[in-house]
Amino acid sequence: MRRRLLKFLLCIFLSSGVPAWAALDAKLLQQLAADASDEKIAAINKLAQTGDADGQGQTRREVLRVLKALSEDALYVADGKIVLVDGKRVIDAASGEEINPAPTERDSIDINNRVRRELASALASLRLFSPERETRFAAAQELLDHVDAEMAPLLVRALATEADPQIKQLLTLADAQLGLKNSDPTARLAAVKTLAGSSNPSVKRLLVPLLDKNVESDERVRLEAQSSLKAIDARLAFADKLSRIFSGLSLGSILLLAALGLAITYGVMGVINMAHGELLMVGAYSTFVTQTLFRTYFPGALDWYVAAAIPLAFFAAALVGILMERTVIRWLYGRPLETLLATWGLSLVLIQAARSIFGAQNVEVANPAWMSGGIELFANVTLPLNRIVIIGFSLCVLFLVWILMNRTRLGMFVRAVTQNRSMAGCVGVPTGRIDTLAFGLGAGIAGLGGVALSQIANVGPDMGQGYIVDSFMVVVLGGVGQLAGAVWAALGLGVASKFLEGWLGAVIAKILVLVFIIIFIQKRPQGLFALKGRFAES
Amino acid sequence: MRIPFIVRFLKATPRKGWIALGVFAIVALVLLPALHLFTAKDSALHVSDYVITVGGKIMCYAIVAVAMDLIWGYTGILSLGHGVFFALGGYAFGMYLMRAIGHDGVYQSDLPDFMVFLDWKAYPWYWSGTGHLLWALLLVLVIPALLAFIFGFFAFRSRIKGVYFSIITQAMTYAFMLLFFRNETGFGGNNGFTDFKRILGYGITTPGMRVALFALSAALLMFTLLLGRYLVTSKLGRVLAAIRDAESRVMFLGYNPLWYKLFVWTLSAMLCALAGALYVPQVGIINPGEMSPANSIEIAIWAAVGGRGTLIGPVLGAFLVNLAKSWFTVAFPEYWLFFLGLLFILVTLFLPQGMVGLWRKLRGREHGA
Amino acid sequence: MKRRNFIKTLALSVSLAAAGITSFHAQAADTIKVGILHSLSGTMAISETTLKDTALLAIAEINAHGGVLGKQLEPVVVDPASNWPLFAEKARQLVSQDKVAVVFGCWTSVSRKSVLPVFKELNSLLFYPVQYEGEELEKNVFYTGAAPNQQAIPAVEYLMSKDGGGAKRFVLLGTDYVYPRTTNKILRAFLHSKGVKDSDIDEKYTPFGHSDYQTIVADIKKFAAGGKTAVISTINGDSNVPFYKELGNAGLKATDVPVVAFSVGEEELRGVDTKPLVGHLAAWNYFESIKNPVNAEFIKKWKAYAVKMKLANAGKAVTNDPMEATYIGINMWKQAVEKAKSTDTDKVIAAMAGQTFKAPDGFTIEMDKTNHHLHKPVFIGEIKADGQFNIVWKTKGPIRAQPWSPYIAGNEGKQKL
Repeated sequence: MRRRLLKFLLCIFLSSGVPAWAALDAKLLQQLAADASDEKIAAINKLAQTGDADGQGQTRREVLRVLKALSEDALYVADGKIVLVDGKRVIDAASGEEINPAPTERDSIDINNRVRRELASALASLRLFSPERETRFAAAQELLDHVDAEMAPLLVRALATEADPQIKQLLTLADAQLGLKNSDPTARLAAVKTLAGSSNPSVKRLLVPLLDKNVESDERVRLEAQSSLKAIDARLAFADKLSRIFSGLSLGSILLLAALGLAITYGVMGVINMAHGELLMVGAYSTFVTQTLFRTYFPGALDWYVAAAIPLAFFAAALVGILMERTVIRWLYGRPLETLLATWGLSLVLIQAARSIFGAQNVEVANPAWMSGGIELFANVTLPLNRIVIIGFSLCVLFLVWILMNRTRLGMFVRAVTQNRSMAGCVGVPTGRIDTLAFGLGAGIAGLGGVALSQIANVGPDMGQGYIVDSFMVVVLGGVGQLAGAVWAALGLGVASKFLEGWLGAVIAKILVLVFIIIFIQKRPQGLFALKGRFAES
Repeated sequence: MRIPFIVRFLKATPRKGWIALGVFAIVALVLLPALHLFTAKDSALHVSDYVITVGGKIMCYAIVAVAMDLIWGYTGILSLGHGVFFALGGYAFGMYLMRAIGHDGVYQSDLPDFMVFLDWKAYPWYWSGTGHLLWALLLVLVIPALLAFIFGFFAFRSRIKGVYFSIITQAMTYAFMLLFFRNETGFGGNNGFTDFKRILGYGITTPGMRVALFALSAALLMFTLLLGRYLVTSKLGRVLAAIRDAESRVMFLGYNPLWYKLFVWTLSAMLCALAGALYVPQVGIINPGEMSPANSIEIAIWAAVGGRGTLIGPVLGAFLVNLAKSWFTVAFPEYWLFFLGLLFILVTLFLPQGMVGLWRKLRGREHGA
Repeated sequence: MKRRNFIKTLALSVSLAAAGITSFHAQAADTIKVGILHSLSGTMAISETTLKDTALLAIAEINAHGGVLGKQLEPVVVDPASNWPLFAEKARQLVSQDKVAVVFGCWTSVSRKSVLPVFKELNSLLFYPVQYEGEELEKNVFYTGAAPNQQAIPAVEYLMSKDGGGAKRFVLLGTDYVYPRTTNKILRAFLHSKGVKDSDIDEKYTPFGHSDYQTIVADIKKFAAGGKTAVISTINGDSNVPFYKELGNAGLKATDVPVVAFSVGEEELRGVDTKPLVGHLAAWNYFESIKNPVNAEFIKKWKAYAVKMKLANAGKAVTNDPMEATYIGINMWKQAVEKAKSTDTDKVIAAMAGQTFKAPDGFTIEMDKTNHHLHKPVFIGEIKADGQFNIVWKTKGPIRAQPWSPYIAGNEGKQKL
């Protein structure tokens, strides 16, 4: 979205040529640098109005450019002039001319939230007349969030020229919010009717007072308000449920990614790998390293560092896993409880290693632009893009693992060893190698989980510790060596936690889930999907 | 001809074991306390308060390690939730300690400070009676025992074993930790209990009290070892070892493992709780961190490092690991986790029987030569 | 056989114990030992490690200028590993075994509460550098961080002002422990005094290490629909990243619902992608972006030190409020020791009263004569895209700490030791 806007602005700039700059009022511009927010805001509004006044749209574009620079911290004061800084170029905001040579000293014009808010409205009101549909749509959405009485003439004008039905609907909703204050009861009635189509909780706040006889004298408006409120409430309740389910699925997909690798290693070798969380950490740090490399060497492709991080994280974690298996776990075969202690030692070593290499502080892993922000389903439900991507990612991983386990020779061997190690050995499966490979695979999947985690949570030396108990719960609940079990367990735990959390709070929800698992294991000691047959009893 | 219990109990430990215990008793109950109380502070012989508190603390850990070994080394059940019993014992005694503060808290209120800031006006019901030492001590034993009994009954009845059991005990301690972290639960949340003033009217920081707690810890450790020796040499102990080695066969022979396991499990929990109760006044704080899964894993590590299936092993392990920790955290504050981690890996890889195993191996070689 | 084992192993363990413990003993007295008690491992290492380094920087600097009373300072660094009972043990070790003259350390309230009895019993000195909940005043402790009236209350006043957005409804969101609980209790009373009703205050707590903020953010959104809302966050360090990431992606912008945090500074922002956070606020007594010569010097020294000591991520080293507080604490202690001509605890405590120091925050700040807290200026900053703060509001000068908040009943007349 933002990129498109930039492109759009660039187009204007190029097409308009350099000199076509209708001089802006230098005094107004100077006022932007005032100390008091009130003055700044007054200047912004006045500038926006001058932008409106020009029928050609030329001034509007210039005002837009200046205000946008202000909102992006790119407006400075240099030698008493207000200048725009665009990369290395410094441009006089009043005349539009480049200042050469660029002044050495400049002070940035800082703005606070209040100014930023006013600025956003001003920008939106200017963009409402942009030729680009997307820009207008975003502007209309922005305006809808802060409707105030001063906007009335603007809305009327925009409604008259707007052709796109979706944008028109947004503008109508904004207009209807103003219409509620209209002295004419029929206008109010119409406004209330229109607002029934809204799913914005703040509209509710406007409608609720209308139920009061002292506020709203007209009976019809009152009744209509009531039914409008009902419609909005129903939509909000639905949206609320939807968001709960989504957040449950999202949590479940993260649990799945964290636990999938464990399900494999635990299933094959029956070992408790206490260092599993640290394999997640290895994956997450690999993502960080990839990001750093991209920043240094391929800044242009920075947005795609995550894609490059996926194989890197997989192999890095798999390598650590294979090393762990070869040097430690292999020698403890048949002593699962001791393996636990040794892997605990390994996890301490890995944590401290991360701390020594990357420092004790968390490191910054940024969401790439295509994973930032969210899709607004309703005014009260935004589905964050990073979570959507992670759900999709976990499905892909799951699918690949399923293929690997069920459609390849390696998968068959792994399943054979899981079910009956000695028998598999007898028919010629190289169990030792399978162990190593399976462990590497499980570790690699944990690395992939680390990539996903880096997009929503901390990346730090201790990050793995927080997931270890949860991943064990998923594996135990699902049943050993069962992919399907792990999937159902992860999603079930995710959704159940989120519904319980909304109802009882995070802590009690978590405790209840743990208690449920403890009780469940009593009933079905082998998990949801137990292997059946003689080998089930070890 | 039935031998009285007390005779069997005392006879279980052989004479040289008694001599060792006697030496330990002299050192821990007489020598160290005397050196702490009756020598000048700057004298070379003086045992500082730091040594006494750290020693007392580690002895409490040693008790927990022995309790862990009874259930793990001798019965083959690895609990990753023993910290919860330790902490519950600590909390139960901590309730008494909190009430013994009286009006000397920050807010000079009848209630502990954390209840004042939560705007509570009265003690919740489960705090009633905790002002009495005896009731608190009863709680120290009964609450963890009850929890262990109920949890163990259902777990052992469903024949949950091996790593499954380990993981659900981990879930249990984790759930308790979260519960105790909540301020509304009424145990001081994350801060837990601290700033204790006195026990039975005697100041908790006085040398006498410190030595008394130290000596009590030593006595409890000795009692735990004697009890352990009696148990593992009794018929019960042999059944436990049989359960560890081949549970199905034990069942075919007509024993119901449930009650054997349950007995030793509950006993182990009670020993942990007692250790916890002694630990709290010595370190001066109890908080939910004691219930973190990591702490419980560490308990298992003490037993493993010292040597499972022996009684002295866990004691050694507890001392070794904790002293190593104390030393590493000062000598190499930046790298001590490497040492600790490697210690665990190397011990499990090369010393499956722990320190005691190493000792035996070395001796065996001597004899062979 | 076994019994002999027992005796020998016992002997072994006793000698080990002796070896382990005696090796800590103090050596020559031509140096003054200074204890540094910050977690270098475990959950708190994230925040505390830099304080250890800041303390070492300040000590190195003092030593380079000839030390204190003609003696060099010898730092004794220990790692209490984010384990609260271990804090008490290490404190005892520093004071009674290593015989340090003073200890700089602790971050969390619980670690401070854990070591307090030790410092009281052994009559030693602790300098505590972090903002905290107040409700405490100990003879043996100097608090160089902020009390609630030096951080929380000015921040809320700002949010209610026109420039702060004129918030009418407040979400008090915190991690469930004593600092957020007490701060929120004070803030609730303060908001009542400003005419905010209980129905316009939503108090929420999440457990330690909470990482899934979906439900919380959805609830904030719902609450914010009821009127101009601000979030006052006392979320503990580690949970901030998931919280802010969720906030940014759920479309809650700072211009709609500003979040003011009391535990998020430059150091924490190093681990976050700050672009979605622009405009959210923090209240502190120091920001790296404060412009004055003392601060420029302080930043320069720290960056040089980070590079010299090869600290991880040294290229991006930043300074923050608790680091400044640590720095002030060590320097004030040095001044007090020189005034008292002794490191004796009681003499130093007496000499501390009224000490002044030209601090990086741009003021000459003073240790209060009676309440062991610093007089500190308050700044409110908005997060910028580069991880620094744009200072949008500040007090005219340093304000006196009120460790006993007047907004908590029964605190009247408790302002002195």
